[in-house]
Amino acid sequence: MSVKVIIPTPLRQYTGKADSVVAEGATVEQVLESLTTEYSDLRKHLFTEEGKLRSFVNIYKNDEDIRYLEKEQTPVAESDVLSIVPSIAGGGPVSVI
Amino acid sequence: MSVAETSNAVGNAVKLTNDEVLRYSRHLIMPEVGMEGQLKLKQAKVLLIGAGGLGSPLGLYLAAAGVGKLGIVDFDVVDFTNLQRQIVHSTADVGRPKLDSARDRLQGINPHIEIETYEMALSSANALDLFKDYDLIADGTDNFPTRYLVNDACVLLGKTNVYASIFRFEGQATVFATKDGPCYRCLYPEPPPPGLVPSCAEGGVLGILPGLLGVIQATEVVKQILGKGSSLVGRLLLVDALEMKFRELKLRKDDSCPICGPNRTIHELIDYEQFCGIHPEPEPEEVVMEFEITPVDLKGKIDQKDDFFLLDVREPHEVDICQIPGSHLIPLGQIQARVNELNSADEMVVYCRSGVRSGKAVEFLKTAGFRKIRNLTGGILAWSDEVDSSVPKY
Repeated sequence: MSVKVIIPTPLRQYTGKADSVVAEGATVEQVLESLTTEYSDLRKHLFTEEGKLRSFVNIYKNDEDIRYLEKEQTPVAESDVLSIVPSIAGGGPVSVI
Repeated sequence: MSVAETSNAVGNAVKLTNDEVLRYSRHLIMPEVGMEGQLKLKQAKVLLIGAGGLGSPLGLYLAAAGVGKLGIVDFDVVDFTNLQRQIVHSTADVGRPKLDSARDRLQGINPHIEIETYEMALSSANALDLFKDYDLIADGTDNFPTRYLVNDACVLLGKTNVYASIFRFEGQATVFATKDGPCYRCLYPEPPPPGLVPSCAEGGVLGILPGLLGVIQATEVVKQILGKGSSLVGRLLLVDALEMKFRELKLRKDDSCPICGPNRTIHELIDYEQFCGIHPEPEPEEVVMEFEITPVDLKGKIDQKDDFFLLDVREPHEVDICQIPGSHLIPLGQIQARVNELNSADEMVVYCRSGVRSGKAVEFLKTAGFRKIRNLTGGILAWSDEVDSSVPKY
């Protein structure tokens, strides 16, 4: 199953600047696994060292937070779109050092 | 009897003067606002956290709309880099406290409103006391400790928190902490550890973006006051200005939320710096001068035509702003992968904008066996100050 995953601005540097990518899998977990296999630098931004999804990164299947579906085991279909939505810092600028 | 008095459905004493009736006439003639709504706006008290990118459009439109009392918290001074997006301040305000500049501009737009300014850093010690006199809080902060502090104080006091956040050309907006709605912790239980926040070199923001998001915030503030329309409560609005796409995600109240859930564990404000993993600045490590070079000494080496390798570890778009002649570019993030392009036998000087990123590059290269390597102290900013003032600072 190929599923579209929307990559947020802060993480696009790890997907070769792509704002969305297609990844394989029948569940959210499988899609994220194939995504982070292809883009290995993404892994530490999505998962803790123990392999848990980080608590400042939310995953949505279409417009629903997977925490209120079946979490990582949420099934996905070809027509679904996954969104990665991390917390972002700015109200003003992120200063350049 | 004047129109203002006959239509006065809210409060007893509050009325609009004839000047105000004229000023707000385009509100008064629309049924969604009308005299009743305009008097609600006049009686409303809104606290803006920050007079920066989001606070500028918030302040300008809420002042123009006739929100009766605007509080503003900030402790910063206007500088030139603010003017690209913080439109409440003007060039003549550079060097002034943002609060003074914002007050002048907002009072200039609307002399009929009250503006209260608080020159302070918001903290666990002052937030509750400050918030309690306001009906609504509009969060325009740029950091996680303050974000969680504002959220928690709003939840504890039962104040609605109209929220937006921005990064480059992407933003989020919603309304938190209404009576039955979710709060920021329902959305994100924990902040990212400091090391995982996108690197500073990846920062920046499209100047218009805080305008877009701040105006959405102002709209939500006004709707909350009027009690009209469908608010963003329970909806997270995502704005991608580059693609000009607006998406909406469901935002639910989390039963396990530590501050607004039924079994909450947070009953008072906490230490937010600690919560966000930010520890007090350690004593600055003594800079090992052996691995540093001053701009003047670097200039000397260039003038003497010394044989050395000048490595620029900034990002390619920064090179478009300025560069020291003869530099080779390898962005900091690529150093590890491209270390084989460098020769540890070469004498090397590394620089970036201010010396921080190049310091990291020097540390890494030292562990990789490079010894004849030095960091340009103060980066290209110091180069501009001490050697070549024609190099622009950014």
